Amino acid sequence: MPESAPILEVHNLVKQYPSVTAVDGVSFAVPEGTCFGLLGPNGAGKTTTIEIMEAILPPTSGEVRYRGERLGARFREEAGILFQKTALQDFLTVRQSVALFRGLYERGLDVDEVLAACALEKLAKRDNRKLSGGQQQRLLLAIALVNDPKVLFLDEPTTGLDPQARRNFWELVESIKARRKTIILTTHYMEEAQLLCDEIAIMDGGRIIAQGAPQRLLREHFAEVLLELPRQEFPESARRLPLKLIDASERVEISTDDLDGTLRALMEAHVPLQNLRIRPANLEDLFLDLTGKELRT
Amino acid sequence: MIKRLLAVWHARNLEFVRDRPTLLFTLLLPVGVVIGMGFIFGGPPRAPFTVGVLGTSVAAHANPFLQERRYVQFVPIPDETAGLYKVRHQEIDLLLDLDGGARYWVNTDSPKGYIVEKLLIAADPGARRQPVTGQAIPYVDWLFPGILAMNMMFSCLFGVGYVVLRYRKSGFLKRLHATPLSAFEFLTAQVLSRLSLILFVTVVLYAGIGSIIHFHSAGSLALLLLVAAIGSLSMIALGLTIAARFASEELVGGLLNLLTWPMMLLSGVWFSIEGSPRWVQWVADIFPLTQVIQAARAVMIDGAGIQRITPNLIYLAATTFVFLALGAWSFRWRVD
Repeated sequence: MPESAPILEVHNLVKQYPSVTAVDGVSFAVPEGTCFGLLGPNGAGKTTTIEIMEAILPPTSGEVRYRGERLGARFREEAGILFQKTALQDFLTVRQSVALFRGLYERGLDVDEVLAACALEKLAKRDNRKLSGGQQQRLLLAIALVNDPKVLFLDEPTTGLDPQARRNFWELVESIKARRKTIILTTHYMEEAQLLCDEIAIMDGGRIIAQGAPQRLLREHFAEVLLELPRQEFPESARRLPLKLIDASERVEISTDDLDGTLRALMEAHVPLQNLRIRPANLEDLFLDLTGKELRT
Repeated sequence: MIKRLLAVWHARNLEFVRDRPTLLFTLLLPVGVVIGMGFIFGGPPRAPFTVGVLGTSVAAHANPFLQERRYVQFVPIPDETAGLYKVRHQEIDLLLDLDGGARYWVNTDSPKGYIVEKLLIAADPGARRQPVTGQAIPYVDWLFPGILAMNMMFSCLFGVGYVVLRYRKSGFLKRLHATPLSAFEFLTAQVLSRLSLILFVTVVLYAGIGSIIHFHSAGSLALLLLVAAIGSLSMIALGLTIAARFASEELVGGLLNLLTWPMMLLSGVWFSIEGSPRWVQWVADIFPLTQVIQAARAVMIDGAGIQRITPNLIYLAATTFVFLALGAWSFRWRVD
């Protein structure tokens, strides 16, 4: 993907609360037209970072610049935001909810156009409190899109959705990406980040511990394949083998670029291979490799 | 069952104790109420009837009726015209002139006037009743503007206060904060929305009650609507100022109660505070409700024009802007 000028720049962001430093010196830049993912477990500082970027929370120090300027009226007019949790005004239909937010912006899309883009036409007259989780997220996305934003913030948009609703939501986000919108996404679903993001920053303890394109990061940190074995079937004696082992909660993973040699070594060590799984490394493995912790903790 | 009950009881107590602003307010409120009530209603027991005595000093006279201090409070009235106005408007129950033979004026439509007249005649059978010049005001005509204004007050304060609180707690305000909407715009929209509702309800009440009890209104209905509108604006803005910052229903509810009770007691909705200490009347004048009632009674009872009620309207408009500015300044979009 060709590099373009950053639409958002985050400079040495710090957010301190009385008992915790939620964000600890985070810096990155987001090129226009890309999807940038903030990945990390709960409590990593993703939401605090994104809320400072959205001008909802003031930072303790550091700054965020939009098109080279401090966040101000132009940013609010051109940003679309989907919070992790949002309540809407009671007793409004889907259409009325979208129309309310359309009225808050100078420029934007036609309400019907937004409803169609988010597959909400058939639900337009339904009370917004009577929507399923997936429908509710589509409505909140419609509201985030109603001003035809240049930059769209999605804070854990698919948390709590069933797999089908999640996939439907991803398709919507991909259609938005295709329109060259800049997207800032936080998630703890590695599949979501891998599918949607051009670049990711992995956060832990308020800091960025790795940043780059997902495939490049995986190539840098991993050999071609991972072998996965149930922990209870992996004998202690096999830990002495010259293998790169990663301990996950229920399983032991072996990272290798010599599949034949590794399998031979395991068989010679009498490790049962009935439940062996071989798969390529993903972002969850990367996080585990970097922090020793699993992503969804 | 006891275990579950205790678990919930304990958790609720922890929630209450850890909500510091609410805890502090809950502890300070009764102390404040006791001190306030002590100031307002303390001292010797207040007599239920108020009689104006023409002259600058009540003590200068020796009429036997003046010994009746258990039930009657005597207040000096320097000017006969002002005294008669107060009788007609039921601000005092009877006006007494003790220079020469005792003469008195009483509003024949006043139930309290009727009783206090009996007390006077029992003490001084020679007292002569004088006709009240001008139209005497029936109690219902005097009471009605106050009832309408009090209804407006509750709708203004509680109607908007709790709505803003609910928006904040649900996260809806946080979502609005992510748009170009400013705090002032949000608050003004809330004010205007509530204002339309209150004016509609007030007009319906005015027409509905008017068709049942046949009260008399001497003044312009348009002017009365203007009083209702500006008065509502002031009280809605006051409610928003209270709800601008806090996220606790208990705290906001307590603060709103702290405002409504003194307003209800001191603004002259139910009875005139003529005869109360001067400082109580001064405090009452600060309340927007007092200004609304004064202006509404002037229009409805006296047929006053805009010129006479302009000071009330200016006060209400000024407090609207002050409360809105204070609300916008202290406004919080999200629960911290």
